[in-house]
Amino acid sequence: MAIRERLSGNEAISFAIKQVNPDVMPAFPITPSTEIPQYVANYIANGEMDTDFIPVESEHSSMSATIGASAAGARALTATSSCGLALMWEELYVAASNRLPLALCLVNRALSGPININCDHSDSMGARDTGFIQIYAENNQEVYDNFIQAYRISEHKDVRLPIMICQDGFITSHAVENIELLEDDKVKNFVGEYEPENYLLNAEQPMAVGPYAVSNYYMETKMAQNTAMENAKQVILDVGKEFGEISGRSYGFFEEYRLEDADYAFVIIGSAAGTSKDAVDRLRDQGMKVGLLKLRVFRPFPDEEIAKALSHCKAVAIMDRCEGFRSKGGPLGAEVKAALYDYAKNVTAFNLIYGLGGRDFTVEEAENIFKELAGYIEEGKPFEEYRYVGLRGESFSITRTKSN
Amino acid sequence: MSYNFKQEMNKPERLAPGHRMCAGCGGTIAVRAVLRALHEGDKAVIGNATGCLEVSTFMYPYTAYEDSYIHNAFENAGATMSGVETAYNVLKRKGKIDDTYKFITFGGDGGTYDIGLQSLSGAMERNHDFVYVCYDNGAYMNTGIQRSSATPMYADTTTTPVGSQSNGKMQNRKDLATILAAHDIPYVGQSTLLGNFKDIHTKAEKAIYTEGAAFLNIMAPCPRGWRYPTEDIMEICRLGVETCYWPLFEVDHGKWILNYEPKKKLPIEDFLRPQGRFKHLFKKGNEDLIVQFQEEVDRRWEDLLYRCARD
Amino acid sequence: MAATDISKITEKSEWQDLTVGNQIYGSGTSKAFHTGEWRTQTPVFAADKCKQCLLCVPVCPDSSIPVEDCKRQDFDYEHCKGCGICAKVCPFNAISMKEGQ
Repeated sequence: MAIRERLSGNEAISFAIKQVNPDVMPAFPITPSTEIPQYVANYIANGEMDTDFIPVESEHSSMSATIGASAAGARALTATSSCGLALMWEELYVAASNRLPLALCLVNRALSGPININCDHSDSMGARDTGFIQIYAENNQEVYDNFIQAYRISEHKDVRLPIMICQDGFITSHAVENIELLEDDKVKNFVGEYEPENYLLNAEQPMAVGPYAVSNYYMETKMAQNTAMENAKQVILDVGKEFGEISGRSYGFFEEYRLEDADYAFVIIGSAAGTSKDAVDRLRDQGMKVGLLKLRVFRPFPDEEIAKALSHCKAVAIMDRCEGFRSKGGPLGAEVKAALYDYAKNVTAFNLIYGLGGRDFTVEEAENIFKELAGYIEEGKPFEEYRYVGLRGESFSITRTKSN
Repeated sequence: MSYNFKQEMNKPERLAPGHRMCAGCGGTIAVRAVLRALHEGDKAVIGNATGCLEVSTFMYPYTAYEDSYIHNAFENAGATMSGVETAYNVLKRKGKIDDTYKFITFGGDGGTYDIGLQSLSGAMERNHDFVYVCYDNGAYMNTGIQRSSATPMYADTTTTPVGSQSNGKMQNRKDLATILAAHDIPYVGQSTLLGNFKDIHTKAEKAIYTEGAAFLNIMAPCPRGWRYPTEDIMEICRLGVETCYWPLFEVDHGKWILNYEPKKKLPIEDFLRPQGRFKHLFKKGNEDLIVQFQEEVDRRWEDLLYRCARD
Repeated sequence: MAATDISKITEKSEWQDLTVGNQIYGSGTSKAFHTGEWRTQTPVFAADKCKQCLLCVPVCPDSSIPVEDCKRQDFDYEHCKGCGICAKVCPFNAISMKEGQ
């Protein structure tokens, strides 16, 4: 029987870490992820898990030590947010190119400056091209479930890539919600033991990690990484399905919420999907055919699957919680539009920016955007694309009308 | 720990040839000397900060190390080895491995005195059981002889070039061994390449087999950066010690010990003169620069004598 | 793939034939690369003058003076770069440097 609890996102992922009981966790405090190493340190202090915690002196060192531990043959992880992730940037690439299946618990927070401790996705979105698998959550239940699945994906022999388990700062990390936890033995059986084939501490055979590789090797190395990322797609689906068998909660690349017959849809990541679902429900009650695609897996990017799921829509709003500073929206917008261009050219797509630095995103705002999509298609009203939702004052935007 | 030179030379080599370090490199002589202090039968993981040593000794697919090896980046050799050493403790405790491993990580002065100092300081303060070895050649040699905080005053480097308005580097070098000693770690030693290598061997063995964090600072001349003929390296090192520019000392569990006191301290000119990077100091009119250099050497030497006499 | 056999990894290898994460399994694979070609001058060992003091052994940056049963052997010319440090430290003039390879 599942265990019913009330936990915050940080408590939920820490509980999952305890159940998985990895070998080594280096971490450095940064709001809003600080609670994760605190909870883990407490579990260790009370003999509830036998992970070794390394209280490193910076996030650069936390990822560096995680890499060292993983290469040595340990199951390793760290946790961070925002500037902490920015400080470990270089190391994210190293972890991925060394093909180390380590985990990073990211609590999404805006990047400085100005310094701001609240949620947006600028930290992880900036790290989208580092070679990490990225999985996002809407709520604490998904955070917990995603972490339980993390090592099964990253350690898979066809993958062997580091994985980032993301949740929204404060909104998810600190808000207490009802949650269903799995029993310890169920988690243990599902995750299994880590038995790497090669590792530094293998007495049978030494290993060397992290060479200088000349141009003749570099591109081939990247293709191997890229292929592993492509392989991760099937593994993510298989693991998500198998997780459903032990928990009753199956996972894929994304959740389709009332999308099947929707004319107008959102593409959105994280906690604001909850807000948007309320808007969908309200508008459905009024007879509008609206729906939502909540993206769970951003790396690898399921482009064809997203495009197919949206292909019947008349118009979609791609909601970025991250600025791209190309004056044409954010990264989610760019990538989803590229997917639509390749697989579903008929769908009209707009990109909007919301929720930067923890700015509230309301049900009413979501409703209005759905209505604007309908206004554009059905009445030929102009649509202000790339604008900031909820900004005071007039926002930079590009006015799109049906004729252009 | 008695030192039997011939037996030590008879040990299997732990740094294989075929690496791409320059002819006459002091760095690899130092690495060989340190690795030789590992007891036969003990396994090791060798770490490395980015630098000449790394790009030359592990150029895919050629590793020069007989032991396991990890390079991560420039500024994080301390943190990386912290992770390896912690993994060892956990895996041993959990019964997943049973061999004895020792952990040694190498960094140049750029990766140690400068960009890697925070990571090193953190690892030492946490007292991980490994040895951090700085092979100090007094500049960023890998990128082409740029000054570091280990570069001695008045050295001609590519970012402190000697010119009509410049006498080279304007600052004294950082005293890193003392900074590490201030971390109160179990063992700190300073050495260089000398005679039958007893000094460096003894210190490396103590560093490796003392429980907890240890730091070795080894002067490892770079013929390219210091501008002297490759074959003269041992004489340069000897002069560094005889002039008291590079004193041999250790700080063993907080106790300062002077390992060698020259019978007759040689003037600093003897160390500076053979090196092209100090050539300008011997031009007419620059005599006062050498006087200043000597004063700094004397000041540091007196300070060291005081610390060692006190303990 | 034979990850421990680096002779299979060359600058012509296809991507799937490189080791995962550029890891190398095994040790001392650098021996396969012959730095002896770099030499512009070459040490010559005069066994008759050698007293087997071994002072030349630790000063070699290229581990190119093999020792067997506490006795140094002739140079490993496949790897010696000809820096001349050994000749300089030899107290018995048992090593001389000659121009060229």
